[in-house]
Parts: sequence; structure tokens; C-alpha cells
Amino acid sequence: MSRELFKFKGGIHPPGHKAESTGRLVHPAPLPKKLVIPLRQHIGNPARPVVNVGERVLKGQLIAAADGAISAAVHASSSGIVSAIGPACVPHISGLPDECITIETDGRDEWIAHGPLDYQALAPADLLARLRDMGLAGLGGAVFPSAVKLDPGAALVCPTLIINGGECEPWITCDDMLMRTQADAILQGVAIMRHLLGSSEILIGIEDNKPEAIAAMQAAAAKLDFAVETVSLPTRYPGGGAKQMIETLTGKQVPSGKLSTDIGIQVFNVGTAHALARAVHHGEPLISRLVTVTGHVLRAQNVEVLIGTPFDTLIQLAGDRDGTTGVLMGGPMMGLPIPDTSVPVVKATNCILVKSAELFPPPPKALPCIRCTRCADACPAELQPQELFRFAKSDDFGRAQEYHLFDCIECGCCSYVCPSHIPLVDFYRYAKSEIWARERDKRAADLARERHEFRLFRQEREKTEKAEKLAAKAQAKRAELAAAPTDASSSGASEADAKKALIAAALARAQAKKAETTPQNTDNLSPDTQHEIAEIEARRAKIREQARKPLESEETP
Amino acid sequence: MLTAILVMVGIAVVIGLVLGWSAIRFKVEGNPLAEKIDAILPQTQCGQCGFPGCRPYAEAIAKGEADINQCPPGGEEGVKKLADLLGVEPKSLDETHGTPKPKSVAFIDEQTCIGCTLCIQACPVDAIAGAAKQMHTIIAAECTGCELCLPPCPVDCISMVPIAEDLPHWKWKHPVIEIKPVELKRVA
Repeated sequence: MSRELFKFKGGIHPPGHKAESTGRLVHPAPLPKKLVIPLRQHIGNPARPVVNVGERVLKGQLIAAADGAISAAVHASSSGIVSAIGPACVPHISGLPDECITIETDGRDEWIAHGPLDYQALAPADLLARLRDMGLAGLGGAVFPSAVKLDPGAALVCPTLIINGGECEPWITCDDMLMRTQADAILQGVAIMRHLLGSSEILIGIEDNKPEAIAAMQAAAAKLDFAVETVSLPTRYPGGGAKQMIETLTGKQVPSGKLSTDIGIQVFNVGTAHALARAVHHGEPLISRLVTVTGHVLRAQNVEVLIGTPFDTLIQLAGDRDGTTGVLMGGPMMGLPIPDTSVPVVKATNCILVKSAELFPPPPKALPCIRCTRCADACPAELQPQELFRFAKSDDFGRAQEYHLFDCIECGCCSYVCPSHIPLVDFYRYAKSEIWARERDKRAADLARERHEFRLFRQEREKTEKAEKLAAKAQAKRAELAAAPTDASSSGASEADAKKALIAAALARAQAKKAETTPQNTDNLSPDTQHEIAEIEARRAKIREQARKPLESEETP
Repeated sequence: MLTAILVMVGIAVVIGLVLGWSAIRFKVEGNPLAEKIDAILPQTQCGQCGFPGCRPYAEAIAKGEADINQCPPGGEEGVKKLADLLGVEPKSLDETHGTPKPKSVAFIDEQTCIGCTLCIQACPVDAIAGAAKQMHTIIAAECTGCELCLPPCPVDCISMVPIAEDLPHWKWKHPVIEIKPVELKRVA
């Protein structure tokens, strides 16, 4: 009996190029001499370093702790010495450096003490905290901290759990190979997810261009004591997108601006399920992942790579060739060009795609938009890409948001079908980042306004406080004088007398104070110094005397 | 005739009472237009517009006493937003009030600082920490880059540092479609 499937709107059928990298066995990549592990590998706050430069760390040791609610920890991928903590190049299109921990490996690959967790005995909150400290984050590409997603929150249960084995993007095969080789481990992870989310319906969606993976998952699911349905989906890009997969499997659409959990569905990548099983059943934090190295290389393959391994060692492992025109992290549709290939593999690195002029010819010159709306037909998010393009190009971000710019998943279908070869997605990314920047500026302005207003309030308050203090002091003084039975202040004492008395008292006080302050350095002097001072004083007196004499002589005549 | 007059008077009294009551009940505090203008202004509090802060400038615009193009930190975009709000034609920035500069934060050279507190008194957002005869330092996250701390410093130890682009603040650039120069064919 096969499940009724639904069809999401749009989508495209780009050439798959999957066979290139599925022919070789998955094997671990060699241990590099240096591991560069970024602290910001996930969505949310970057992890906070908990080791120092020069410290020896073991494989699997926590080197940076999760910071805040949405964050994930970072671990040493191998044993060695921490040689640097600071900015280093990370896989990002800008080529800008970011905070990283560099480890010089010692080659021993020595594990820290670790063991399985009895997840059923632990309270859910404790288990989630442990998973957060295990550094788990979504391996499908978004790298959202998994512990947050595994918390069903106020709803207490998430009825439907979808395991995403879609892998719709061309060239990438790491999820395919993982399902073929680690089906049992993936399902162990699914069992833990089911335990935490309380899901009653579990679906595994796999595109039908991966028959071996479907067979492996079905065989493994048959051994389980709970129902897991492996569903073969028609191959259509971007069928592996979370929202598209939800629609294909359930017919439900995630409303704009909402999360899938709002309609009772949670989606995890197969790689995340596998990493979860490793973390719980073996106590191994997320320190490695499968990476597809493909494209313009001699031996396209999938390798199990330690987080922090440089891209170029993997490209060399797969056999680099002449005529390379660039490297993408990810697939050809959504992947990001990486300007420097010495950057490390991070949790988000599912594929290293080496480009050449034959495989990826440079795009033809972009022509003006002719408003053919082919992009609108292809858009799986049911947007109007031609309108979004118009608004983004003219910096009309308000209108772009009205046209639901933030529902765009940047899948690249619109750019793929555009007969004018306009890089549409680049415009949407530009508009999104400009809107975020403006929101940041707005928050900064609100903070500045608040602080400025508080300053004005503070200045005003200080002024009144000072005036009040002075008034109170004067009042007290007056009361004191009135109470004191001075002879002058008989019943008819005038205000002026009181004031005079006040001034006289103040003068007396000042004089007493003056008399009190004597130079401190004239006490406890030796007789010699005292003698010296007396001499100087005498000399001064003499000079004064002499100075007075001519003055007197001038005056006398 | 009398009935009609009484009815009209009655209606007038009722409506008058309702209007009078709602004028008190729904009285709007402050000036809503100045509020809206203030929301657009960048809150740098630099005083380049000639008013002691963004709020007084907003109130002056609302009263029609100041032009909309006197805020250099807001830039042309700010002028455009104000023009949209007020329904007037946007105009270019008034150069006499200064020109837009890249976003910067003040930086105190702590070796040179003598702890005179003059900058602390000048800072409109209390973004300088320090006390008399103690070293001062800028709280960079709170600094609006208004440059008001520069003139009072007796030892010129404050400089403005442009904010460098880092990864969390990196922005996608406006896509540029490269134009290749076409070689001119030599006219034989």
C-alpha cells in the first residue's frame, strides 16, 4: 500500500549527477596536521571557548560551550595542542575571518572518556541539555541547534516527525551514502527523537533516484518495534526542502511566517538522526560528518571528515585536476562559492563541489527582465519572483516584504529557468541582508533614544535633588538657630538678625577649619632641620625688614 | 414648530456632550507627528541639525520650523523617508549641516587620557565609562558616533574609528552584472 502523495507547486528537474560520487566506499579522511574549528558553525550565538592556548585537548573534548538558548557546543575533533584562539578564515562567501580554535594534532587521535547515555532514564530537560553540550546541529544545511528543535515546548508532543532523506540538490550524495551504510544507526536516532517529541507518525521521505537508500531504510525499519514509514518521493528539485517535503508527504502547507511545529510537524535530516544516535548510544559529540567531494576531481567520493579539516586536503584526496575554476560549498543550486580553499569543513559542509569551465560554464550575460513569469511558475514557495526582483533591484524593500520576500528559500529555481539569465537569488539575498541591517540599525537607534532620554531624565533629577538638598540644609540651619536660646533671638528677632548670625557662624567655622589645617611636614623634625628652618625664617624676616625700609624712606619725605 | 426647535436643540446638546466627553477621554498625549518623525531619525543625538538632539529636531519639523534635509547621519534615505511621511518632495541633503560619513565609534587612547570627565559630560547617550582622574573608555555597543566627545577633550585622545565589516554584520552586495568592454574593430 503506498501513501497518497501531494504535489508542491513549481520545481525543476536539473541533471542529477549523483552517480559520480556513489561508486566508491565511504572511508574516513586522513587526520590533518592542523584542525581549524570555527566557533560559529550553527545558527544562534557563537560558542564560548573554554580552553586556553597551549592546552592539550583530547578527541571529543569540549573546547567551546554553548552560549545562550540558541547555541551549540564545539568539540575537539582529534587530540592535540590548542595553538591559537582567534580570527581565522572560515567557509563563507565573503572570505572574512571569524573566531576559531586551531588545534595542532598529535596523530594519536586519543579519545576523552565517553560512554552511552541512558536516554530513557533521563528527564527530557536533562537530556536536551546534554545534547546541546554534544554540539548537535541540523546537518541538512541550516545547522539549527538540534536540542532546540527536539524540545516540543508548550505543545508537549509533536504528532508528526519527518526524517528528510530527500537530498534533492544535484551532485550531493552524502545523505544517500549515509542511508545506504548506516540505516540502523539513523533509526536509532529516530527512536530518540520519537522519545523526546512523542510523535505518533514517523515518515522518512527519500527521492526515488536513491533506490538503494530506500531499500536499506525499509529493511532497517522492518526490524523496529514502532512504525516508521519509508516513502519514495518523485524526484523534483527542491523536494528535499523542509516545507516542500511536508507538503508532499502530508498535503499541509506551513503558513507564511510560521514554523512547521505550529502545524504539529518537525523535520530532521537523516545526518542529524545519525549524529544523535552517535551522541546518545556512544557518547560521541558531533566532531565528524560525511562530505561529498565531487565535480571536477579524479575520484569523486564521500568521506567521513573531522570538523576542522581543510577543504584542500579533501580536494587533493579526491584528486585535484587542472582547469579548476572555483569551489562551491554545497550543491550547484544553493551552494556558496568559497574564495579560499584552505578553509575548514564545518557542520554545514555537506558537499565540496569543484567547478570547471566544462561542468559549470560561466553564465551568459544577464539581459533585462521581460516579465515572462517563468520564475513564478518554477517558484516552489508560490512567490512572484519577477516582482521581488523589481523591488530588490530598486531598493524598495518595504514592497519586497509585502510580497513575502522572507518566504523565499533561495532554492535557485527562478534563476535556473530565467531566459534572461538574471541572478535572481543574489538580488533576494541582497534585499534580505539589507532588511536585516536596517532592523539592526533600528534596534541601535531605539537603544540610543532610550539612553538619551534617560540621560535627560537623570540630569533633571540630579538638578532637583541638589536643589532639594540645599533647601533642606538651609531649613535645618534656620530651625537650629531658632531653637538655640541666644540673647539676640528674643521673640522679636528679625529675619536679618538670623541671617547675620548664620553668616557669623559660617565665618567662625571657616576660621576654625583654617586654624586646624596646619602643614603636616613640620611635625617630628630633627633638631638639625629645626635649626635650619629657624635660620631660613630669620633670613626671611631680615629680607622683609630690608624691603620695608626703602618703602618707608620713600614714604617719609 | 416648537417641537422641531426642541428636537434640534436636544440633538445639538447630545452631540455636544459626546464630543466634549470624547475630547477628554481620547485626548492624544504629545505630538503624534513628532513621534513618527522621531522614529525615522537615526538617534545619533549629534546636534548637526542645529537642535539639541533628535527629538527637538523632530518637533521642529512637525511645527514646520525646520527643513527635512538637515540630518547627515540619516542620509538621503532618511530625507526620502521623511518626505514620504510628510507628503513633500524629497530634496538633497543640506551640506551646511555636514555630509554623511561611514558609521564609526569613538575610541579613547587610554595612554593619553587624563581622566578629566569632560567627554563623559558631553556624551548624549552616556556611552563613556570612567570617573574623575580615572581612565575613561567608550562602551562601543552604545556609542552612536556623534563626535560630540571630540571637541571637549583637552588632550585630543579621542578618535573616530570606522566600524569594520565582520562576519555577523556582513551584507550581500547589490549584484553587479559585469560588463565586458567590446573590442573596437579596427576600421580598415
